[in-house]
Amino acid sequence: MEMTIQNMQLAQCGSRSAEPYDSDSYLSGVKPIWCPGCGDYSVLTSLTNALAYLQLSPEQVALVSGIGCSSRIPAYTSVYGFHGVHGRALPVATGLKITRPDLTVLVAGGDGDGFSIGGNHFLHACRRNVDLTYIIMDNQVYGMTKGQASPTTAPDWQGSELTPHGTGVNPFQPLVIALASGANFIARCFSGEPANLAEILVQAIQHPGFSVVQILSPCVTFRPEQRQWKNSVRMAESGLDTDIRTAARRLMEDDGMTVGQILYKGKRPAYQPQSASRGDIHKLERGFVL
Amino acid sequence: MEVNSLSIIVAGSGGAGAISTGTLLLNAAGLGGWYAYLTRSVGAQIRGGEAVAQLRISRERLASHDDHFHVLLALDWKNLGKFASEMPLAANGLIIGDPDQGEAPSEFLASGARLAWLPMKQLAQTIPGGRPNMVAMGVLAGLLGLPHPLLDTVLEKELAHKGATALAASRAAVKLGLEAIASLPPIARLAAPQMSTEPRWTITGNQATGLGAIRGGVRFVAAYPITPATEVLEWMAPALEEVGGVLVQVEDELAAINQIIGASYGGTPSLTATAGPGLALMTESIGLAVASETPIVVVDVMRGGPSTGIPAKSEQADLNIALYGLHGDAPHLVLAANSVQDCIFTTQWAVHLAETLQAPAIVLSDQALGQTRAVIDRPPETIFSTKRLTAEPPATGAKYRRYTVTETGVSPMAIPGTPGCQYTADGLEHSETAVPSSLAVDHQRQLDKRERKLGCYDYGDAWADVEGDGTLALITWGSCTGAAREAARIWREEGRQIKLVSLRLLAPTQPDKFASLLDGVQHALVIEQTHSRQFLRYLQAHYPLPSQVECLNRPGPLPIRSSEILGKLAKWK
Ligand SMILES: Cc1ncc(C[n+]2csc(CCOP(=O)(O)OP(=O)(O)O)c2C)c(N)n1
Ligand code: SF4
Repeated sequence: MEMTIQNMQLAQCGSRSAEPYDSDSYLSGVKPIWCPGCGDYSVLTSLTNALAYLQLSPEQVALVSGIGCSSRIPAYTSVYGFHGVHGRALPVATGLKITRPDLTVLVAGGDGDGFSIGGNHFLHACRRNVDLTYIIMDNQVYGMTKGQASPTTAPDWQGSELTPHGTGVNPFQPLVIALASGANFIARCFSGEPANLAEILVQAIQHPGFSVVQILSPCVTFRPEQRQWKNSVRMAESGLDTDIRTAARRLMEDDGMTVGQILYKGKRPAYQPQSASRGDIHKLERGFVL
Repeated sequence: MEVNSLSIIVAGSGGAGAISTGTLLLNAAGLGGWYAYLTRSVGAQIRGGEAVAQLRISRERLASHDDHFHVLLALDWKNLGKFASEMPLAANGLIIGDPDQGEAPSEFLASGARLAWLPMKQLAQTIPGGRPNMVAMGVLAGLLGLPHPLLDTVLEKELAHKGATALAASRAAVKLGLEAIASLPPIARLAAPQMSTEPRWTITGNQATGLGAIRGGVRFVAAYPITPATEVLEWMAPALEEVGGVLVQVEDELAAINQIIGASYGGTPSLTATAGPGLALMTESIGLAVASETPIVVVDVMRGGPSTGIPAKSEQADLNIALYGLHGDAPHLVLAANSVQDCIFTTQWAVHLAETLQAPAIVLSDQALGQTRAVIDRPPETIFSTKRLTAEPPATGAKYRRYTVTETGVSPMAIPGTPGCQYTADGLEHSETAVPSSLAVDHQRQLDKRERKLGCYDYGDAWADVEGDGTLALITWGSCTGAAREAARIWREEGRQIKLVSLRLLAPTQPDKFASLLDGVQHALVIEQTHSRQFLRYLQAHYPLPSQVECLNRPGPLPIRSSEILGKLAKWK
């Protein structure tokens, strides 16, 4: 049976009738700046559906982002948001989660923000495995700055005046890198499959450690050909690999268009430095006495 | 002859133990009731380069090194001659070399100091496990007149963990050193200490910075190691655990600054420590802290720049980047510690100001403060009632306005978890309700608000240290304050008046307070350790200065010494 948010709810609990939050509870009402048809709209919808499914109090959720069209998402939600600078969403979220483990911390942004300017943080966030869910709206282009190639752009794409002959360089394989670097949950989704996306987001949020959800989210303005993604993506037939070798092989062999399934789920415990207040400051100060 | 203070140098190649000899002597002197001041200087090589411990011991409180050193003891010479300019010797000084280590470099002999030989290596070899630096400790302790039982106490305290055999070997080597001084020419005698009832502390500037941070309430640190700031982190990592905080070593300074912004957004007072190269990487995000009104503290332990510069030696040349390095109009706090002990107060105050004003504070320290170990009086407990202005859950229906314009410019900050106050903190310009806005009116309003909250706050007296009076003033900041204090003390001992002004709060500027404290001053000498007179230019840009102003400036690594300051003042006698 295909699982949808509705039947997942039905399957799990009949007692959810008095739920305080529906998906609209997670919308701020601020009107997105996004172009009509931008894939990011349905990411927003799927996210609010996922939060409604989880019934998380909006004040217990924080959504952190960098800069880009996609990074505008926090202000459109009614959870706590932090809209930082380009490429630095992951460290902001890491500092927040380490000091506030009680919060559900989500991170969102584009492929440029996460894999180019923020690429180093991506590697180390995977390694560190803090309990975060990283939502990347990958449109293989810099939307906000009007259409330059990003790390995931195909080498022969000639749509930007900056790279008139194409970039000529190998595209970045975010999920292969995520797996190699230690991410604990890896999935690829398509914004055009919002119900599936919401389900995967639910599981990503629930899974401990660093969860990476790459979402193919078309930029209809600077990559109008991405409107055809709805025809070229494939829903994966089988999901969930817990064996890292199988997951790696599958990710390496894929053309990047297989969506809809969890591609890896690891068991590493999340990184959360423990620090119980053992002593007091006077004890520290005694260390300086001659 | 009896003197109030004696200054010695222990030098050797890295690994020879010069620094630990210096530290042990400092501890012994401190236990004996003297004040002591130990700077270490290491060469470019991490191991095997030259390592120099410069130690001053005095019956009076110490602010800096003396102009000259009375004793230079070299365990070996290696490249030491090249650095002779950093180790000026008194004309009646004493150079002690080991005959096994070759000739003494001519650069030192030029000072006129006497040269004596002591076979420290051979003496050490007579004891199984004996080390020349322990023989040296005995020699120097003897010359300084430190009571022998104290040597035993510090050896026991510092070396017990190495095991009984090692401790016994060290004791025996120290004893040989003590006996060997009979063959050396005499040096001046150090005046007996004034005992204090309260036990004194021994602390480095970098540790003091860490303590100030923890006293201020910092419970999260994210940082990337860099000389000479790393010891701030090394001290803080276990110390934070003790008080329920966390230190995270991160992938780079971009992560460091943004992690502390995230932690502070979540309500935890947070800090990072770095040096110039790291501060340069952080500047974009310090602007984010300004715009999003997130309190953070960034400590810059300055070293020679630009670029990799001179990593292990001091300079004050990050002043400009600290003051002006942020893009846009970005009012923020810049503070500077002016002594080893003041690293505690200034850092604590910085945390207090950052939290109170919801703004980033940059604290400037430098290698000369950070890596100096001093014996100090027990520092007073500075109590600020530091509490961030936070938002309470609003009455039903009321919309929370994170960036609401208030009279003080400070608006209640909602901490995630507070119901009904969800907002998105933003580096994008925003309206009072935290919605992104590019409207001229919102930009103007928020710029005014952020400027006003720093501008109209009353910083009290701590913004500057002002000592003495007169028509002549020394104006300085940071580690140069030590030599300026020493010069002022000598100047006053000669029966003259002088006012010393050391600015602790560099931004926002305090023109009215500055004008009133310079009232009646006719001549001023500005003292700083930069090549391009950054501090003088800053003063000229922001403050009314007397008509006669001179500047004594020099880039690192050579410190400015009190005799040079007195030399500059001579014409105003
Ligand atoms: C330090 C810095 N460099 C460059 C920029 C300009 N910039 C803003 S968004 C962006 C790229 C955004 O692309 P992506 O992250 O893929 O997001 P999208 O807009 O496609 O959603 C760039 C280069 C910036 N804001 N800051
Ligand atoms: S430019 Fe592209 S990514 Fe940006 S809002 Fe428009 S469609 Fe979306």
